[in-house]
Amino acid sequence: MAETHSNVAYQVMWNRLISVVEEQAQALVRTAFSTSVREAGDLSAGVYDTHGRMLAQAVTGTPGHVNAMADAVAHFIRRIGRQNIIDGDVYITNDPWEGTGHLHDITMVTPSFHDGRLVGFFACTAHIVDIGGRGFGADAASVYEEGLYIPIMKFADAGAVDDTLVRIIRGNVREPDQLIGDIHALATCNEIGHRRLTAMMTEFGLSDLDGIAAFILENSRRATLERIAALPRGQASGDMTVDGFDTPITLKVTLTIEADRILSDFAGTSGLDKKGINCPLVYTKAYACYALKCAIAPEIPNNAASLAPFEIAAPENSIVHALHPAPVALRHIVGHFVPDTVYAALDKILPGVVPAEGAGCLCNFQVSLRPRTDAPAPPGAMRSEVLTFNSGGSGARPAHDGLNATAFPSGVMTMPIEATEHAGPVIIWRKELRPDSGGAGKQRGGLGQHMEVGAREGHEFDFQAMFDRVAHPARGRRGGASGAPTTIARDDGAAMRGKGKQFVAHGRRVVLAFPGGAGYGVAAERDKARVKRDLARGYISPDVAAVDYGLTEDEIAAVEKARRLGEDI
Amino acid sequence: MQSSIRLGVDIGGTFTDVVLEKAGEPFSTKVLTTYAAPENAIIDGMHQVCAKAGVSPSDIDQIIHGTTLATNALIERRGAKTALITTRGFRDVIEMRTESRFEQYDLNLNLPEPLLPRQRRYTVTERIDARGEVLIAMDRREVETLVDEIAQAGYESVAIGLIHSYLNDAHERLVAEVVAEKMPDAMISISAEVSPQMREYERFNTVVANAYIKPLMKSYLGRLEGRLSDEGVRCNTFLMHSGGGIISLESAAEFPVRLVESGPAGGAVFAAHIAARYGLNKVLSFDMGGTTAKICLIKNQTPKTSRVFEVARTYRFKKGSGMPISIPVIDMVEIGAGGGSLAHVDALRQIRVGPESAGSEPGPACYGRGGDRPAVTDADLVLGKLDPENFAGGSIPLHTENSKNALMSELGETLDMDAATSAFGLAEVVDENMANAARVHAVENGEDLSEYTMIAFGGAAPLHAGRLCEKLGVDRLLVPPGAGVGSAIGFLRAPFSFEANRSVYMKLSDFDAVRIQALLSELQSEATGFVRNCDATADILSEFKVYMRYTGQGWEIPIGLTQAQAMAPDAATFERLFEEDYAKLFGRTVQGLDVEITVWSVNATTPQDVVTPVTLAGARSVATIAGHRQMFDPATSGFEKAAVVLRDGMTEGAEVSGPAAITEDETTIIVLSSRRAIGQPDGCIDVIAKG
Repeated sequence: MAETHSNVAYQVMWNRLISVVEEQAQALVRTAFSTSVREAGDLSAGVYDTHGRMLAQAVTGTPGHVNAMADAVAHFIRRIGRQNIIDGDVYITNDPWEGTGHLHDITMVTPSFHDGRLVGFFACTAHIVDIGGRGFGADAASVYEEGLYIPIMKFADAGAVDDTLVRIIRGNVREPDQLIGDIHALATCNEIGHRRLTAMMTEFGLSDLDGIAAFILENSRRATLERIAALPRGQASGDMTVDGFDTPITLKVTLTIEADRILSDFAGTSGLDKKGINCPLVYTKAYACYALKCAIAPEIPNNAASLAPFEIAAPENSIVHALHPAPVALRHIVGHFVPDTVYAALDKILPGVVPAEGAGCLCNFQVSLRPRTDAPAPPGAMRSEVLTFNSGGSGARPAHDGLNATAFPSGVMTMPIEATEHAGPVIIWRKELRPDSGGAGKQRGGLGQHMEVGAREGHEFDFQAMFDRVAHPARGRRGGASGAPTTIARDDGAAMRGKGKQFVAHGRRVVLAFPGGAGYGVAAERDKARVKRDLARGYISPDVAAVDYGLTEDEIAAVEKARRLGEDI
Repeated sequence: MQSSIRLGVDIGGTFTDVVLEKAGEPFSTKVLTTYAAPENAIIDGMHQVCAKAGVSPSDIDQIIHGTTLATNALIERRGAKTALITTRGFRDVIEMRTESRFEQYDLNLNLPEPLLPRQRRYTVTERIDARGEVLIAMDRREVETLVDEIAQAGYESVAIGLIHSYLNDAHERLVAEVVAEKMPDAMISISAEVSPQMREYERFNTVVANAYIKPLMKSYLGRLEGRLSDEGVRCNTFLMHSGGGIISLESAAEFPVRLVESGPAGGAVFAAHIAARYGLNKVLSFDMGGTTAKICLIKNQTPKTSRVFEVARTYRFKKGSGMPISIPVIDMVEIGAGGGSLAHVDALRQIRVGPESAGSEPGPACYGRGGDRPAVTDADLVLGKLDPENFAGGSIPLHTENSKNALMSELGETLDMDAATSAFGLAEVVDENMANAARVHAVENGEDLSEYTMIAFGGAAPLHAGRLCEKLGVDRLLVPPGAGVGSAIGFLRAPFSFEANRSVYMKLSDFDAVRIQALLSELQSEATGFVRNCDATADILSEFKVYMRYTGQGWEIPIGLTQAQAMAPDAATFERLFEEDYAKLFGRTVQGLDVEITVWSVNATTPQDVVTPVTLAGARSVATIAGHRQMFDPATSGFEKAAVVLRDGMTEGAEVSGPAAITEDETTIIVLSSRRAIGQPDGCIDVIAKG
């Protein structure tokens, strides 16, 4: 009885730890300054045992932090030295290789002491608006140009904040108040986690986390291995080519499913790019692992044991294993394409599970506004940095259409345009679905979106583009058609590039169309009723309904009539 | 109002609860909700309680009504044929949502469909900027052409939502004018009136929801008024709104979206009233029924309110899977945990409970109506918390063997546990789920629950409240009488109130006292106007609130202002008030940053009824023990001999020491071995920690 009962107690404690890290993450959202954290959920939080093994992690908008966070605390323990870890300490870094992949993510770790004894660690990460250097974008040629580098070090030593460090940070970034505010928010977030853990340990009479850690890790390991064991053994390769900065990049993976592990080997992938779209291995691993977990073991929480069977290999200084000092600011672009690449391989071993290719990387851009320089600017004209996150369409699934304008694999949210327009003198003229952009198929790809961006009277701006799939749209699966590619141009017709900083003069706008997801299965097999529904809703045009899906003229006329009457089909 | 005869009516998913109060004495009944014509159940229930009280419908002085009809119409998509007219370029705001997935690991996730499919969303050329200035003026002829087209399609209701209209509503009003002219039979809702707040997705969705349910609710309220009149009722009927106050029937018909979740709001008002009686300033209300549990923080005898909430969650009650409605609302968490919630074992060999529910058919396994999966009620029965002979006053016999079989086949056999341990595991998981929801809600509000008193009501709450208190470190639990019809009683305690608010951004460094004073005055007269329509003579109080944050943050905290602070505003006071509250919530302030105000709100309300204070009675006598039974106790992880006491026997000062069960027809109060219970003068049971 005692043994069984303790299992019930451990189940309760496991749930509690997950709730503790969710609270930890919530505290960060409430107090953060960067829009990327507070509006879009680009953050992460977790709890660890004394060995640095992750026991629980909050489910936030960023699969990219999953493995990076799992590995980070061990780096902190090694760099700080166990003998130097004392109550009241708070550690910090933005090391792309020992944190979460670029200088714009600050990771902070706090040791948790209970009754004078180290019992574990709390860690959290957030994407901050600016870290100095060239600003957030792909234009740097090395990590040295991308901003201030903070090696793993103490932010607070036994409770005393390092003022020298704070002054160095303040002196090197464009938005010092907000960054320091965010660093405090990160520290607060760990503190909240620590308080809840202490309460839990008191309630259950625990003096350490060894028992609960063993319970969590053993159950997770067993559940994950059961899932892997149930898969067909085999090996398959997949690849995908995307735009890159100036030259196309090919991502290639060979997946090997063994009895107790899955290896993702990226041999054959392109080398480093000259610009900042390279990806450290830890971030690649996170998205490879995320893709596999979605397909194989979606409900098993992330921790050291449930992540361990997913192994990764890649050639050094390939674009998915960029080493110092490669520029990595926009590592998310390559990272977000990793799942589609992994699925190209997995589909050959496990058919009928994974989706067709989608938009992949988020369709983000940053606008740097300033008073016009070609003529006298009106009083009140200002400088401002505005960052937005947007999504194209996701790929069609074996039994469902792709999702319209919805992020995958990233899980971040967009910002309301009314909030964006309060952040600076930017005007979003259009943000709506892009008809005919979803690849045709038995299941249709998700629609991309149109956006149109300008500045308020009296301003000009630099437009920092972070788009892909201009020349390489999402490819369909099982006969499904490709999604529509990204397009970008000025409203006067002047061409613009998918990546990099580009000037937009006073009065001009940037006209954007974000990519659609690809289709799954052949279009001719699509249920006629759903083709008609899509036509009535304007997801597809009469042309596409006729050419791709074979609707007759009479059928189209009937649907058009219903549409005019506001009838759904 | 104390001496008058008042009727409270709550239409719930299963039952319509009716309470009549005459000279402070309550008469209540529960009748089955009649979906086709909900007014029938009300008329039926009204006659029942009138008969019990010996009055006729014409004697009733006031009727207060709350209902889930608005919520259900949104969940079940039973609204009217509705069109949206919006700004060109923004046709798909209600469909694109936040562009994210609320469940990240489900490759087959589908997002909820918007209330209106794309062909019912129309656009017009116009634009207002973030300062409320016109960037593109509206062309009336273009609007007329568009409305001519819309009129062809036979819409019953039209929603109007334009970008930045919360700052400047001129264009929305122009569209409304044209629609009124060309579609005289259509109902019109404009976003600047329904929900004048920044963030287009929430505002557009709210105005669409309002328009969508307006014809239905208007028709229902009209019929109800007619039926009541036919039955001899002479008084006015008022509606409970989601913010915990009462509005006129006319206002409710105009803004029916404000009726969403009015039932649970009544429950919170009920708990607030008990809190006032006992002078409790920190209360956690816990309402647990058949399918969900609702948890709400009540500080200083006022339920916490919020400006946005989510209705119709489509995916295991998961945050983000429903639709946001931004209206003044009592802030509560609702989770899929009730007596009927079903348990299973997942891939991790973890017990999971809910949100799937056995409902009333077939019901939990113990009902013996064909249910073969274990529900929370089955666990409660096996653990000895329920008496199989006397459930629901003996009207539903319970079958313990069925419960044990269900628990074993679904949990015990997989996890190698006996029926009792399986039952305890199930109960622990559901209690922990509720405790976690309460904890997260508390931390979001910067509160420490160990300082709180719990007030529990709803059929299943008294069975679980004791364990919840242990888990949350709460020392005192009050279980009021009438717990089964708590929401309807709450309606009778609610004041007339209306909250008006506006999004206007202002930094403290650009503090404009004249503009602030004008804005707050305008909001005050708007809110007061609504309340004055309900009561021509009562005093009307105004509560002023501003939502503030450091410039650059995304989440505001509400700051209360006195009338004096609102009418003679100064920046230093605003800053001091903000910093005090911020430090309390998050530990420390951030130096050197500007502070901004984003939302302004005025709540006009009639004064709360004066409550008769109750002094907590100490133990004076030992309650009469009606018997004993074996009951599982978490402290010893085993069955203990527990006293059984009838609730009627818990007179003032009567004490029973746990483990014990206090039984009544509607529910059973479980007193764990760590607690003792004392009867109170007003019929409440006070359950407190020993020692």
